[in-house]
Amino acid sequence: MQKPDASSPPQGGEPVLLLNGVSKSFPGVRALNDVSFMLRAGEVTALVGENGAGKSTIVKILTGIYNPDAGEVIVGGQVRKFQSPRDSWAAGIAAIHQETVMFDELSVAENIFMGHMPGQKFVDWPQMHQRTAELLKSIEADFDPEDKLKQLSVAQKHMVEIARALSHEASVIIMDEPTAALSRNEIDDLFRIIAQLKVEGRAIMFISHKFDEIFRVADSFVCLRDGEKVGDGKISGITDPKLVSMMVGRPIDQVFPKRDIAIGDVVLKVEGLSNPTEFADISFELRRGEILGFYGLVGAGRSEAMQCLFGMSAASSGRITLNGVPLTIASPVDAIASGISYVPEDRQVQGAILPLGIRENITLASIASHVRNFFLSKPSELDAVRMLGKRLDVRAAHWEQRLGELSGGNQQKVVIAKWLAAKPKVIILDEPTKGIDVGSKAAVHDFIGELAEEGLAVILISSELPEIMGLADRVVVMQEGRIASIFTRGTWSAEAIVSAATGARKAA
Amino acid sequence: MVCGSDRIGSNRGTEGRMNFLLKHRELALSLIIALMITGISIYAPAFASFENATGVLNDTSILCMLALGQMMVIITRGIDLSVASNLALSGMLSASLAQNYPDLPVIAFIAVAISTGLLLGLINGSLVAFLGIPPIVVTLGTLAIFRGMIVVYGGGNQVNASEMGDIFQSFPKVTFLGLSTIFWSMAAVALAAWLFLSMTRVGRGLYAVGGNPVAARYCGIDLAPQQLLVYSLSGAISGLCGYFWVSRYGVAYSEIASGFELTVIAACVIGGVSIAGGVGTVAGALLGALFLGVIVNALPVMQITPFWQMAISGAVILAAVVVNARAEKRGVKLILPEARLAAGAAK
Amino acid sequence: MNVAPRHDVADAAPRSLGDWLLRWETILVILLVVVIAGNTAISPYFLDIYNLSDATYNFSEKAIVALGMALLILVREIDLSVAAIIALASLAIGLAAQAGAGLPVLLLIGPVVGAACGAFNGFLVTRIALPSIVVTIGTMSLFRGLAQVVLGDQAITQYPKNFTVIGQSYLIKWPPLPYSFVIFLVFAVVFAIVLHKTALGRKLYAIGNNPVAARFSGIPVDRIRFMLFVLTGTLAGLAAVLLTARIGSTRPNIALGWELEIITAVILGGVSIAGGSGTIPGVVIAVFIIGLATFGLSLVNVPGIVISVLLGLLLIFSIATPIVVRRLMKSRTT
Repeated sequence: MQKPDASSPPQGGEPVLLLNGVSKSFPGVRALNDVSFMLRAGEVTALVGENGAGKSTIVKILTGIYNPDAGEVIVGGQVRKFQSPRDSWAAGIAAIHQETVMFDELSVAENIFMGHMPGQKFVDWPQMHQRTAELLKSIEADFDPEDKLKQLSVAQKHMVEIARALSHEASVIIMDEPTAALSRNEIDDLFRIIAQLKVEGRAIMFISHKFDEIFRVADSFVCLRDGEKVGDGKISGITDPKLVSMMVGRPIDQVFPKRDIAIGDVVLKVEGLSNPTEFADISFELRRGEILGFYGLVGAGRSEAMQCLFGMSAASSGRITLNGVPLTIASPVDAIASGISYVPEDRQVQGAILPLGIRENITLASIASHVRNFFLSKPSELDAVRMLGKRLDVRAAHWEQRLGELSGGNQQKVVIAKWLAAKPKVIILDEPTKGIDVGSKAAVHDFIGELAEEGLAVILISSELPEIMGLADRVVVMQEGRIASIFTRGTWSAEAIVSAATGARKAA
Repeated sequence: MVCGSDRIGSNRGTEGRMNFLLKHRELALSLIIALMITGISIYAPAFASFENATGVLNDTSILCMLALGQMMVIITRGIDLSVASNLALSGMLSASLAQNYPDLPVIAFIAVAISTGLLLGLINGSLVAFLGIPPIVVTLGTLAIFRGMIVVYGGGNQVNASEMGDIFQSFPKVTFLGLSTIFWSMAAVALAAWLFLSMTRVGRGLYAVGGNPVAARYCGIDLAPQQLLVYSLSGAISGLCGYFWVSRYGVAYSEIASGFELTVIAACVIGGVSIAGGVGTVAGALLGALFLGVIVNALPVMQITPFWQMAISGAVILAAVVVNARAEKRGVKLILPEARLAAGAAK
Repeated sequence: MNVAPRHDVADAAPRSLGDWLLRWETILVILLVVVIAGNTAISPYFLDIYNLSDATYNFSEKAIVALGMALLILVREIDLSVAAIIALASLAIGLAAQAGAGLPVLLLIGPVVGAACGAFNGFLVTRIALPSIVVTIGTMSLFRGLAQVVLGDQAITQYPKNFTVIGQSYLIKWPPLPYSFVIFLVFAVVFAIVLHKTALGRKLYAIGNNPVAARFSGIPVDRIRFMLFVLTGTLAGLAAVLLTARIGSTRPNIALGWELEIITAVILGGVSIAGGSGTIPGVVIAVFIIGLATFGLSLVNVPGIVISVLLGLLLIFSIATPIVVRRLMKSRTT
């Protein structure tokens, strides 16, 4: 058994939480393999890694959602087996999730104390409100214990979650992408609270994709790749590029061999696409054979703009031209008919229909083309399914298998197949490799190149810099609902793209 | 304006007043009821009399109690369609006890009615909580079963007033301050429900489970025991109402309160209980029931045929859900800095 | 990482007898056989062809509405107002008859009123985005309430002979088949074909299983849901024509409580209340089970309300049994 602190300097507080050789597998995927690390009191440990590296699995093990297959979790010197979230909470671990999931209709105080309200059978409201007021004061929150949660902004809801963690004297606080939906000022507030939590001697696990934040707030780091720990240490002992290459594990340029594709005429032209609250002034051109990347922080408005282009929501102004013909897109039906396909980001909710079979999923967006004399033709469906399924290398027992029984990667291939079956001229891929295993990821990357080669115009939304820099010909960077800048292959650098996305230059 | 509506609760300003009323449904509903009563009284002064007022309250008390039980079920994202059948069966068993032993103390009749109701509620609760059958399916089935059991048990005979005995029938006629024991029982049930829902840890947990079952699980609150509890409570309340219904109207047979479950649900909906779960107050449910009660009692006073009653309550239910839907309108995403600023300024 | 060699995927799973036996429709057929055998055993009159034909009068009207309800529940909606729509449509027929309208008007006005009621439900559900259970509890009071306002405690009983004959005679003399039963059979075949063999049917399953993904896949979800409300309303209006013609009268309490019997049949037929699964053959068999069981028991003088106890038990047991069996099988494997 390896010593988790082997590479960590001996300074810092007492170890509060130890992960010892933890492994976890799911059907078809090895999510974690023999991972060990520790969290120290009064220290912020950044957990870094690409999507699908195993970060969320660790969070779920620590919060009692999953049981590890092997290894142990040691909190306060004791080996713990969490059967439920309650056990993890009782052991002093509190998590602040990416999307605040709490009770909108209840008060701030109730949200903080739900499950451990003061009092025996009856709630001791005065005590609860007083303790809430104290907690809110300690984190300098400016709202009232009796405010309903739904009245608060996202940032304020985060503060409620932090107060919830504090209410229980949690010794370990997990922050999973806590800044994703926050503005700069709100992020500053959060960091102030984190500093305070450190002084109080709590151990913090901080998960973020934003490097500037990691270097600003973390004391040490643990880096994961493909479910394995590939490095850890003091944050002061590492540089930004070193951390990136540790995460990605290979020089970026070689991961995605860029195909040499002749770029043709303009296919899609978008001018001044706007929505009152989500995005403004989105203008770009897309050419045949081109892969146009869309990069930005989570919540920068990329998906919203693309869903508008696809007819899911109405634009307040803007012009869309396809092959020189102006388009009116009022619904996805129109978009599909015009030759625009959109592979949505949330596979489980928006993309796949899990209880239906592979065949039914693949032909869904192009179902009209399989109608023969009023009836659906199963042979015609099967022809299309065999062709696309083979092409995308879908791994399944048979084509009638329920989509829910396949691995995430294979589900994603089926969803992409569904959109190709609609014979698009423009295909928009929204985070196509989010949360899928490395093998499927490579297949999807390979396939995106193939599509461009065949003359499709591709829009690739991705939050993974290596992916977007490896595949795209040009990159549109969005920040707070607007296009911040557009970069062309050969003249870009990772730093320039990231700083455009974070608005670092503008803020100065 | 568009973007602000989902984030602002207690705001001031021009459109704030409308929002305030939408958000404080109980207050708005009280105002509407008060306006209605004023209007009716101007038209028919007899309506404003003390006797009539107590009459309305006495008449509406059973609906109020059932609405409270139903509300607890709906808060956990469930529904109990079997309440009226439960009421009929419990009332029948209680009446049949009175038929055979008319000299028992009244508490015995009430106890039999409540325990029958509780048992029936437990059956619903077990099927929902332990087998995970959707509540609408379970209570649709027990709706038919409970009512049918009256005939299976009594062979289709009815128990008439003359067979029930005085002790059984006199209790609901006892009054205190002009109000009947039915009203005072309702007041006691309402007080208990309020204490339970707003003062106890378990009661607050119901809102958590209904509002966000996943987050509730993270907080260590499990759904199944909560479901068992609310269906049992709804059942026990139906049982109590069964005694009152039968003793007040002086007859027990298989068709009493037939279809009343939908009136009960309507009272909840009017009172702002969200069918999606997690939302509902004791005051809201009571006012919703009172609203329907005032309409029913006002029609004869206003010389409108009672045949209007059903159509009016239908229209009221629809109006109530449309208004509630407006109040709960989903917000849009605020990504553009100016949109966030505008929302912040509105606050 | 290299992409592994493309591998073979079969067209369909090998068919196994076990899967076929566990299908809901198979269970329903067995239930139906049990019902028929049981009825034959307790009453010698059950298998009489004219008796059986009369039995269909009692369930065909509900069965026609159940077909529409099945599609609504399949796409995660419900319509509790169908019986009230029957009342309102029957009123319209009655008023038309009083005004001296001819047969074509009497036949058409029911479905037209039904369609309008369905459109009202559909509008509130899809446009104002209200839960259908609440909307239809409201419209159920509203529609029947309107009928009550007009009728009071009166009944309309004056119907022309050429109208009532539709509800009281056989369309085909041998085998003796009433109009309502033939209409039900025709609709059942049409619904089965549309749901199981056409693109529209596929879209309904997609909506029922995942409305968001269905919308992303270019399916006009709200328009389809709206049309299904209109369809169900129209079928209720048609049922009103048949029922009014059969009993020759319109009263405010006509078809009272039918919505629950109809929904019971749909759920027993294997349509999941959570949406996304169910078949028309299943619903049709369930309709026969309920109809024949009710008829057989009434032949031996079991009161209607006791029959409803048995149907309630049947509903709960039929839903609970697979859950319990699945749980037992699971606990054995783990």
